[in-house]
Amino acid sequence: MTAINDRRQLAYAAAQATDARVNIELEAEGMTLNIGPQHPATHGTLRIIVRLDGEQVIEADPVMGYMHRGYEKLTEVRTYPQVTTLINRIDWVSSFANEVPFILAAEKLMEVEAPPRAQWIRTILFELGRIANVSMFLGDMGVQLGAVTPMFYALRDREFILNQIEAATGGRFHPNFDRIGGLKDDLPAGWIEDTRLALDKMEYFCQQVEDLVIGNEIFEQRTRGIGIIPADVGLSYGLSGANIRASGVDWDLRRDNPVGLAWDQVDWRVWTHPDGDSFARYWVRLQEVRESCHIVRQLLDGLPSGPIMAKVPRVVKVPEGEAYVACENPLGQMGYYLVSQGGLTPFRVKVRTASFSNMSITPWLLKGTYVADVITILASLYFILGDLDR
Amino acid sequence: MPSAADTSADSEPVKDEAREALLESIVGDLGSVVVETRLDPGHDLWVRVARESWAAVAEYFHEEQRCRYFDWLSVMDWKQSPFGRSMDSEVENQLNTEPEEEAAESDYTETGADGYAGGETRFQIMARVSSLSTGLGVNLKADLPDDDLTIDTWINSYPGANWHEREAFEMFGVSFNGHPKMQNLYLPTDFEGFPLRKDYPLVARMVKPWPGIVDVEPMPEVEEPAKETPLGATTSNPQDGGVQ
Repeated sequence: MTAINDRRQLAYAAAQATDARVNIELEAEGMTLNIGPQHPATHGTLRIIVRLDGEQVIEADPVMGYMHRGYEKLTEVRTYPQVTTLINRIDWVSSFANEVPFILAAEKLMEVEAPPRAQWIRTILFELGRIANVSMFLGDMGVQLGAVTPMFYALRDREFILNQIEAATGGRFHPNFDRIGGLKDDLPAGWIEDTRLALDKMEYFCQQVEDLVIGNEIFEQRTRGIGIIPADVGLSYGLSGANIRASGVDWDLRRDNPVGLAWDQVDWRVWTHPDGDSFARYWVRLQEVRESCHIVRQLLDGLPSGPIMAKVPRVVKVPEGEAYVACENPLGQMGYYLVSQGGLTPFRVKVRTASFSNMSITPWLLKGTYVADVITILASLYFILGDLDR
Repeated sequence: MPSAADTSADSEPVKDEAREALLESIVGDLGSVVVETRLDPGHDLWVRVARESWAAVAEYFHEEQRCRYFDWLSVMDWKQSPFGRSMDSEVENQLNTEPEEEAAESDYTETGADGYAGGETRFQIMARVSSLSTGLGVNLKADLPDDDLTIDTWINSYPGANWHEREAFEMFGVSFNGHPKMQNLYLPTDFEGFPLRKDYPLVARMVKPWPGIVDVEPMPEVEEPAKETPLGATTSNPQDGGVQ
């Protein structure tokens, strides 16, 4: 071993030692416990500093940014077609859904509208992304409570959906398939039939998960009445998606503001649950996966023919202006506030991600809960780290 | 308690009336607090308010307009980037994209606030709130003078503004009066500079252009057979070189 002489190295070593000490630090009025950043229940690199009084949380303070990639800055030096490659990586489990609101915002400023067939295929891929994403949640929630089996089912059956996304777009996770004015390509031959089969698998998966989890005594005990979010609190924190619908708020952008996509062409319903606890969030998401299968089936049946690309200039320049477009992504509302000054690149893109707002309620929500429930509540809010850190 | 929002599915003109009525009531209630507005019929609504009343405006929208849903809050830096797209624009020149890009850069002004609902200062704070009962959202803006980048916090009306304000603080250097924890959210505590300001260089792109340059040599000419589309649709993709 070599001795550390450099002052900066010494300072670094001291900082490391302090960090290590903070990990479990006994204090007079409670204990500080660091959950993460490398904790399996935090889905990546989220660190939560909780101050405990016995088993009870007095104060929770999420620390993030371990994965901040600065997409808002990066978009300012990329051309519009390049931006979709970037924003694919925001919520990496349902990437196609990230592309859509941005493309719609650009189309809005350019006053271009994608042809009907493109809109329908967009909606289909969007919903397949939702199925792939939320099925992960359905499995993962079990893991957080000690039941590993649903996760294996989820990983097994999600693959059928990912195969379909790959067959259509070429990428399992990062399709980069959406273009201003339409789509890169049409669907391959036989895709519609295969997708119907994949949906059969997913519907069976939903049934299996329901049989396994809902009604299970341990699951119910650990989720019912845990992490209750009243509707007005949830709204003032900007909660969206299944998190707010599980608090009884009937609010879904797919129905209430179907910006240029085909949700208003098919028959489906918005699921809500009045309880607002972890169980309600699980239940709502389970129903939503089923509903998505239902939506995709109808879209496949009624898919219009025609071109998949509107007339768009070869070099994309978006006229001056500002537009905000939000979509109901699998995790909640995702929106892009796009400011263009007429150039090849956006002037500014504000990315409103669902996980960021959904997680901002955690300091409020975790206060007064028990340590064991922290994990349940975090899992039930369902965040993707890339979506949180951007 | 908010409930079903099922009124927004009406046709386009009705929506505009709703927004016009909303704008009218905002201007009527807030009076001189409203500096400038812009209504994009069928799309969106922008309202610029006086900085001093920023917190009161939040209270007003939360209580009177029943905009219970806090969407987001951020800051705009209207300064033109002194760096442009650095080496990337050279790549574009090689690609023979029209050199109009330069024109945008020569627009350089000290304070180019030129967005919707106007503005006089370099920095503008922006926020968006929505009402679930009408399904309408409002974009709110306020000017921030260069010598005093502070504004009142929104936490009292919308607790969700907490993290958004911290992000604005670290990324743009705007601080919020009355915020309980004005600390960095994403960035390390000792980070220097405000990354999302336009004059903060994106160093990675200044030293090395996007490696996409190796891929952009012209594709070999292949005689394209009539593309068979299995589902009876014509494929023409301008971004892949289809239609001019």
